[in-house]
Amino acid sequence: MKIVVPIKRVVDYNVKVRPLGDQSDVDLNNVKMAMNPFCEIAIEEAVRLKEAGTATEVIAVTVGKSDSQEQLRTALALGADRAILVETDSLLEPLSIAKALAKVIQAESPQLVILGKQAIDGDNNQTGQMLAALLNYGQATFASEISIDGDSASVTREIDGGLQTIKVSLPAIITTDLRLNEPRYASLPNIMKAKKKELDVQPIDAMGIDTAPRMELLSVELPAARQEGIKVESVEELVGKLKNEAKVIS
Amino acid sequence: MSTLVIAEHDNTNLKPATLNTVAAANVIGGAVHILVAGNACQSVADEAAAVAGVEKVILADDAAYENQLAESTANLIKSISADYSHILAPATTFGKNVLPRLSALLDVQQISEITEVISDDTFKRPIYAGSCIATIKSSDSIKVITVRATAFDPVNAAGGSASVDSISANEVSDLSSFVNEEIAQSDRPELTAASIVISGGRGMQSGDNFHLLETIADKLGAAVGASRAAVDAGFVPNDYQVGQTGKIVAPDLYIAVGISGAIQHLAGMKDSKVIVAINKDEDAPIFQVADYGLVADLFNALPELSEQL
Repeated sequence: MKIVVPIKRVVDYNVKVRPLGDQSDVDLNNVKMAMNPFCEIAIEEAVRLKEAGTATEVIAVTVGKSDSQEQLRTALALGADRAILVETDSLLEPLSIAKALAKVIQAESPQLVILGKQAIDGDNNQTGQMLAALLNYGQATFASEISIDGDSASVTREIDGGLQTIKVSLPAIITTDLRLNEPRYASLPNIMKAKKKELDVQPIDAMGIDTAPRMELLSVELPAARQEGIKVESVEELVGKLKNEAKVIS
Repeated sequence: MSTLVIAEHDNTNLKPATLNTVAAANVIGGAVHILVAGNACQSVADEAAAVAGVEKVILADDAAYENQLAESTANLIKSISADYSHILAPATTFGKNVLPRLSALLDVQQISEITEVISDDTFKRPIYAGSCIATIKSSDSIKVITVRATAFDPVNAAGGSASVDSISANEVSDLSSFVNEEIAQSDRPELTAASIVISGGRGMQSGDNFHLLETIADKLGAAVGASRAAVDAGFVPNDYQVGQTGKIVAPDLYIAVGISGAIQHLAGMKDSKVIVAINKDEDAPIFQVADYGLVADLFNALPELSEQL
């Protein structure tokens, strides 16, 4: 079984992103970049399926600028067999990214596509579901457990009230939630080996897809600041404040 | 211009997030219709018809929609989409699952988790875990939108008298099928609907220690939540998680206990009306958003708090 894992280069999760001075966009000058955390979980799951003998090949794919090769190398160091960069200089919206990924998947014909449920930059939570629609595949989003059973996968999903298990025919799209697994760290020998693995660069222009933006970013601002609070000295003082000042408990 | 709101429900009751979504639809303007897709769900359609300001309820009552799986639900919405300028659903795990699929079927770019309507094509939404707020303008002919429920006050659940039109199942998919569900049973209010939330973080040290929070929750009629760190550590299940990758809450009172205040947790609770932080580290970032901060060992403070309530 072949597994394709689309990943994304994003601002490191420890970075507190701020707007540019003119509020035209976020300020990404000199910030640390990393693989989106949910994508790390997706790579880990695919690699574990390979280690368990269920999968035979794991292919990491991203749609982005040339510097996204760095995150593809990380994916290779974590155990992906080869990588594909669909190269573009534009910042694409999820629908366009899904269209480019659909082209790659049609060419590779994997049985399974695993990707993160959301990227922590745009917080859109769209690409996997869109990809499933474009390919007419079944989808199992927010997965906390995956088991492959012949030509279908049984997936436990994190839903608002608890857990839901569904069966989805393969090929299918699965998006990862937090508790699916705990991703490994890349070892130094694996980082060295990853440099020799195949990384294919495909220009997006050759794909013949419409990537024109549908949304215009008008401004980026800081959220309204909260009024500064106070420190209380004791539980008694706290309870008093909540009862008499904030009036949120009685 | 008219808006279709996708109802969130459990085949028996309409979920409250639907009322917040209707509120967002009212700000956009135009007629508001509600789609109820489910199985044996007439009671939900009746409830939806009573929602203030709703003109029409469209009921697709069929075994195919029992669990509202993404494939069939998205196909159904697509089949009636031509009548609408806007299609809205709450940004819950249900809405987040179905709407992007619909959006790709319609070849439109979804607008996720809006917190403000500026005009019928311009919206505000948080990005980077709420560190920034983006204002975006959509040029798509149909706007497919998920709505952050906490950002819109719910409309009145009563007072409306909408007509109910039934439609048949359409393009039912067999790509996925339901196996089972484990819904957490609790006497406490649901996290996203509670007026008071008390959450624990890594400082709780173990899942067992969450009973200290539960005792207080029961006295206050509060829901119990957790930070991602507490979920990661295995103290509590993921449906407790408040934050960027969990639930977004905005109760009247949010009590954060043993939570340091990582950006991704703040993203899920910083719009709460009053925030209390209890943490033994006086430099913890949670104190920067807290209205009332108590620097204390939670294992002393919680029993004391419980006693005084």
